[in-house]
Amino acid sequence: MTTTYEPIVGMECHAELLTESKMFCGCANAFGGAPNTRTCPVCLGLPGSLPTMNRRAVELVLRTALALHCEISLDCLFARKNYFYPDLPKGYQISQYDDPIGKSGYLDITLEDGRRKRIHIRRVHLEEDTGKLIHAGGNESEVDYNRSGVPLMEVVTEFPPDIESADEAKAYLEKLRSILIYLDVSDGKMEEGHLRAEPNLSIRPAGTSGVGVKTEIKNLNSFKSVYKGIEYELVRQSELLNAGEPVRQETLGWNDVSGETYHMRFKEEEQEYRYFPEPDLVPLHFETADIEAARADLPELPDAKRERFASQYGLREYDAGILTASRPLAAYFEEAAAGADPKAIANYVTGDLAKLLNASGQEITETKVTAAHLRELIMLRDGGKITNNSAKAVLAEMFETGEAPAVIVETRGLAAVSDDSAVAAEVDKALAASPEVVAKIKGGNEKSKGFLTGMVMKAMKGQARPDVVNRLIDERLAAL
Amino acid sequence: MAEQLTFDQVSRVAFLARLELSAGEKTRLTTDLNGIISQFERLQELDTDGVPPTSHSLPLQNVFREDVVLPSLSREAATANATEKRDGNFIVPQIMED
Repeated sequence: MTTTYEPIVGMECHAELLTESKMFCGCANAFGGAPNTRTCPVCLGLPGSLPTMNRRAVELVLRTALALHCEISLDCLFARKNYFYPDLPKGYQISQYDDPIGKSGYLDITLEDGRRKRIHIRRVHLEEDTGKLIHAGGNESEVDYNRSGVPLMEVVTEFPPDIESADEAKAYLEKLRSILIYLDVSDGKMEEGHLRAEPNLSIRPAGTSGVGVKTEIKNLNSFKSVYKGIEYELVRQSELLNAGEPVRQETLGWNDVSGETYHMRFKEEEQEYRYFPEPDLVPLHFETADIEAARADLPELPDAKRERFASQYGLREYDAGILTASRPLAAYFEEAAAGADPKAIANYVTGDLAKLLNASGQEITETKVTAAHLRELIMLRDGGKITNNSAKAVLAEMFETGEAPAVIVETRGLAAVSDDSAVAAEVDKALAASPEVVAKIKGGNEKSKGFLTGMVMKAMKGQARPDVVNRLIDERLAAL
Repeated sequence: MAEQLTFDQVSRVAFLARLELSAGEKTRLTTDLNGIISQFERLQELDTDGVPPTSHSLPLQNVFREDVVLPSLSREAATANATEKRDGNFIVPQIMED
């Protein structure tokens, strides 16, 4: 007999902070570039060098901890996490152990079915990133220390974990990412390794409580791989237990190509990190006034913004969610909606404009369609100057050229035909050409009117306003 | 009397610190370290309730640098002491674990 299991998932996320310089030295915090061009005695771990804390990095972690409703440790220390691996040349990583900057916080997630859930957070701490090892083939690895010492924030969920499915894990990660981007703490680029997620997972018979022996998955670099990794581990562990085999506590890697986890090391092979207080850095102390100032400085976060959009602009919850997924998108919408119908703007931003952006791979910040131009376009349409079909065509051209909508309407001759006589002439032609349809309508088949409308619209090349066409058809039919 | 440090524990610590010690050295260090530990035993007699652990002896906190980029070393200088290098990279023996 097989048992159905459910996963319990803890998440450890690392985010590289958006600072100019590294955590403990003045080397640039940047991505890419030729190897070992952003190093100095501090981040190369040369003897006699001394680290100094980057003020901005501490502020960014404090900001995150506050946004995640954490308690702030007024006094905290950095600690040495000792291990021998060439990704860090010092033989240790400077991290935090006791008293992380933030502890006991939470984040609320919204699932696709609209259900909300609170995910508790155990700690938010500050450390340094490691260098990169590239296996060069043969028995060698190449080491690039450009990333060594980049400020890195770790966010760990509470134990026992609240996350109980791959969907919840994905929602948690998406929410965390969106908050970090809102806070200007991280650019959230998972594909560049700026945001990394390591889920750990155990299983239990569905509907029971407790946790089992957990495995941890490393090297996941997309929302999709986090989702797939968790689903894969759920199946793998369930099969083990159903076959009467134990789950062993181990660290797994993720192969994105085969969609499978693979063994890296067992718990017994884990390093013993021998943490101790970093003697080269003096303690960190937060004044209550500074914490309160940082709290007051927090921007409006995604949840609050979504609720405001729904109530202030009368948007559907779903649209409000899409529009507040990123700060630039929300700002674009608000700028365009000022003075125009917000629902119409929302429809265009989440509909036609989103399609154009997706097709071209552009972000909202890159588009040639300014918020002011989009507003003008909607006002031309709502004022009856152009038809809805023309508006879509005008938007496509605005997207290509960045021209103002009024200019495009003018040069392309897309203005709606407001001259009733021109439309009326086409209505008469349509009626004359389709006596059988007219007879049907007269016999009470109202639906057949659509056929006449279509004929007239086609003859007018889409530039007649449907309301005008329908009114004239009604008038002519009544007169027959 | 605290638990005595064993030869095996000394071997483990030596391994973690990447120290290659002979059996004789390990035996001697086991004795020495146990002597040091027994001295600390005496300190344990003091009443330290309510005294926070001291991590630093300097009366300083919050020593920051501003988030400003300073020049880095040239790649040649950075890799000058590398026993092996290629194309600006340090070369190390392959580590199998990932």
